[in-house]
Amino acid sequence: MDETLKYILIIVLVILILVSIAAGLIWVERRMLALWQDRLGPNRVGPFGIFQVVADMIKIFFKEDWIPRFADKKVFILAPAVVMITILLSFAIVPFTPEIVVVNFNIGILFFLAMSSLGAYSVVLGGWASNNKYALLGAIRGSAQMISYEVFMGLSLMGVVILAGSFNMTDIVMAQKGGWFFIPQFVGFVIFFIAGIAETHRLPLDIPEAESELVAGYHSEYSGMKFGMFFVGEYLGITLISALITTLFFGGWLGFHFLPPIVWFLVKMFAFILIFILLRAGLPRPRYDQLMSFGWKILLPVSLLNLLVTGALVLYFNR
Amino acid sequence: MFNDLRSLWIVFLHMFHKRVTIEYPEKKAYLPPRWRGRIVLTRDADHGERCVACYLCAAACPVGCISLQATEDDQARRYPEFFRINFSRCIFCGYCEEACPTYAIQLIPDFEMGEYNRQNLVYEKEDLLIEGQGKYHGYNFYKVAGLDAGVKGKGEGENEYKPVDVKKLMP
Repeated sequence: MDETLKYILIIVLVILILVSIAAGLIWVERRMLALWQDRLGPNRVGPFGIFQVVADMIKIFFKEDWIPRFADKKVFILAPAVVMITILLSFAIVPFTPEIVVVNFNIGILFFLAMSSLGAYSVVLGGWASNNKYALLGAIRGSAQMISYEVFMGLSLMGVVILAGSFNMTDIVMAQKGGWFFIPQFVGFVIFFIAGIAETHRLPLDIPEAESELVAGYHSEYSGMKFGMFFVGEYLGITLISALITTLFFGGWLGFHFLPPIVWFLVKMFAFILIFILLRAGLPRPRYDQLMSFGWKILLPVSLLNLLVTGALVLYFNR
Repeated sequence: MFNDLRSLWIVFLHMFHKRVTIEYPEKKAYLPPRWRGRIVLTRDADHGERCVACYLCAAACPVGCISLQATEDDQARRYPEFFRINFSRCIFCGYCEEACPTYAIQLIPDFEMGEYNRQNLVYEKEDLLIEGQGKYHGYNFYKVAGLDAGVKGKGEGENEYKPVDVKKLMP
């Protein structure tokens, strides 16, 4: 009974904290972007403007929750839920500390890859159900981008799996006690990072929602809290990719002893979230065909080569 | 690739630059004296109204937000009976100021005219008329005009010739 209660507590806390982090990231992003663009950002509501999120939330809850008459109503409602559900489910495998992990799957990474594949459905369904040309174009681009970048997202992680000898996330972290995997797997780390940006369709790879071409892409027709779900889902995605990079390449909760493991994990995770925001501030969006050819012509061969070399070296040194 | 990393680094360094934001209600931006903001009617150096109700401003106004009614006092000096500017229509183009022959109507660097009620944006003469002389000090239209409106006698103005005596032959 105690064990069950503990797990329920962990699940509830993880969901609550993650959703608040994702919502808080909206403020963090606006502040940091402003910082890098010589502006101030929202600084009026509460200390440093931190309650801007609360104000925005109150506002978005009172917005008219409008569904266009021409939309496919059921699918239209389903789409924003899919993105939240898949990303929150992916968090189940992330070991925040040795104790705080929702499910200790032995197929951890595969579960994450499966969930991120399902995440593409929210883009496709949202764009399709909107019955709007911009939304459909965004959805087509989004699905193509997410499906192609998923390929080497998976392949880039295989180097880590070879080194750790396990798909289990906790085992992977434990295997990094001797040295974090971003050193032997630097290529894999870079590819995973780029694929992660494409997977969360963040700037500079936000081609499904490129506002200068497609209004807002697949969520053009969404308003109110349904739009809020897409929005928070995007920030949850950033948090997820940052958490995974931390776990897979930067030793997860491992760190020096003067700080507890959860602090180490959060520090590393937030560092990557800030890099995500910096990328948004610093880089322009590539053209759609450039993105695709970059993915298939450069990232795919490099990740295959990385996998091959890692496998060969591990075989050579371990036998 | 290295290009992108370099631009990321440059963007990162912007963290330590000076902010360009002016936190408005507390700090205010400098507005130059010729900034086109709220419209006022000025007075001359002798505290008389400059406006001679010539209707040129109303004619020049592209949105037709100025309305006035001319009248005369006992010394045949023209002045507006009422002068009304609808600031909810005004586009602050400054054409009225350009058209004004007496420097009466002027645009000043003030933009804080927000109202909750649209009707409050209709300014009457008492709202528009200020005590000062605005941008042009010491100017008095009736001192340079040929008209005797109680300010100076005929021919006594600045750069003004004596009136021709029609009963003499001399030029």
